Amino acid sequence: MSPTEPLPTEPPPSELPPTGVPPAELPPSGVPPAELPPTGVPGPDAAVPDAALLTVRGLRKAFGQHEVLKSIDLEVRRGEVVTLIGPSGSGKTTVLRCLNGLEVPDAGVAEFAGQLTVDFSTPVAKKQVLALRDRSAMVFQHYNLFPHKTVLENVIEGPVQVQKRPKAEAIQEARELLARVGLAGKENSYPFELSGGQQQRVGIVRALALRPQLLLFDEPTSALDPELVGEVLAVIKELADEGWTMVVVTHELAFARQVADEVIFMDGGVVVERGHPDTVLRDPREERTRQFVDRLLNPF
Amino acid sequence: MNINWELVWSSLGPLLTGAITGTIPLALASFGLGLLLALVVALMRLSRNRVVSAVARIYISVIRGTPLLVQLFVIFYGLPSVGITISPWPSAIIAFSLNVGGYAAEVIRAAILSVPKGQWEAGHTIGMSRHQTLVRIILPQAARVSVPPLSNTFISLVKDTSLASLILVTELFRVAQQVAAFSQEFMLLYLEAAVIYWIICLVLASGQSALEKRLDRYVAH
Repeated sequence: MSPTEPLPTEPPPSELPPTGVPPAELPPSGVPPAELPPTGVPGPDAAVPDAALLTVRGLRKAFGQHEVLKSIDLEVRRGEVVTLIGPSGSGKTTVLRCLNGLEVPDAGVAEFAGQLTVDFSTPVAKKQVLALRDRSAMVFQHYNLFPHKTVLENVIEGPVQVQKRPKAEAIQEARELLARVGLAGKENSYPFELSGGQQQRVGIVRALALRPQLLLFDEPTSALDPELVGEVLAVIKELADEGWTMVVVTHELAFARQVADEVIFMDGGVVVERGHPDTVLRDPREERTRQFVDRLLNPF
Repeated sequence: MNINWELVWSSLGPLLTGAITGTIPLALASFGLGLLLALVVALMRLSRNRVVSAVARIYISVIRGTPLLVQLFVIFYGLPSVGITISPWPSAIIAFSLNVGGYAAEVIRAAILSVPKGQWEAGHTIGMSRHQTLVRIILPQAARVSVPPLSNTFISLVKDTSLASLILVTELFRVAQQVAAFSQEFMLLYLEAAVIYWIICLVLASGQSALEKRLDRYVAH
């Protein structure tokens, strides 16, 4: 495929009918990440765009006999969007889950902007995993909203119950965030009353409300009906444009090409290829990457 | 068979008094205490600590593996021979609570396990501890799932309280026995008692459906 040829997948999110939030109409970031007091220590280098926010070296994880991650290295700079692509079972989701402390790796070192270093090969103290978790927030493939809580309660649960922020302030911020993703007026709905796309936007707002330094997206559109994918990708793109740092596991190559600063192709628990999206997605060096990308673009 | 309506009416007062001052408070107190016990036992059973989990498992096994009447008699007639004498009412409440604790523990355990793993993870990702996630996220959802089976447990308990008559607790059935012995109208009095138990259970069952409706939003759709 020549570099000039457009990817024949669905149109990029910005061209989609604005079912949710058309990025253009969004007010300029009410809460840009740089202005937010991060949950951890606000790094003095927050404004330096090229500073590495997260560095991971030699991440390993096995489930029983099955080695899911065989030494993964990862570097995410501030404001950068890294997308992980690869066939199912390649370990990309496990990488995210390790970063969020939902899995504890067997080995490897994670370093957060010089503030926090976790060496997983030593017996990892619970506190360290929690500290790692505090710096990121996860958006799940199946949303995992709390079904017994309203949209607003879902969003303020973390800020109020965990971060002990004043409830009035948390509600105010939650309302603003919900309005920004096109969910004004849905504050008192229950998750089951919303469409999949709306639920996932609540999932994103729930993560944003924690004011994390790093957003983690685990196949955020894979559970959605095709016509709802665009509204969610549009929100994620908008966040990327605002400068949020994020790692996105996705099968949406057009999205990856448009939004990502780096694409990492994983297979069998190793990084096969990484680089600029134009290279990895259009002119990959590795045969395995080429096969995977071709299969996604031409399923028949 | 001639129905002695006069006796039906004159016995209704004592029988209802027995239900209101005996059966119902006995059932409510035992169910409340039993549920608290069941929650503790269910969490012990789910504990990663093998000893804690084993203790809970043995307790559940003993309670479910022995007749309620035997449990009642061990506490009221058995314990005095080792120097512990407990009067009828506390004996009954202890026995019924222990019994509910064993049965409801399994219900609660299953309900907790029925909440999708993703709910634990969502709790963790917003920074909640295991305990916070359990209390604020998992248990409210488990509660909705356990309403139908726990209602069964409660309805069974209401009927089982009649066993307390055998350790001299004055409740609905014991009153019926006394009036029946005095009047020699066994059929009539026992049927009358049965109808009152039935009405209590009907009320409980409609309460169950109302509660289920109210808690409907707790279920992931």
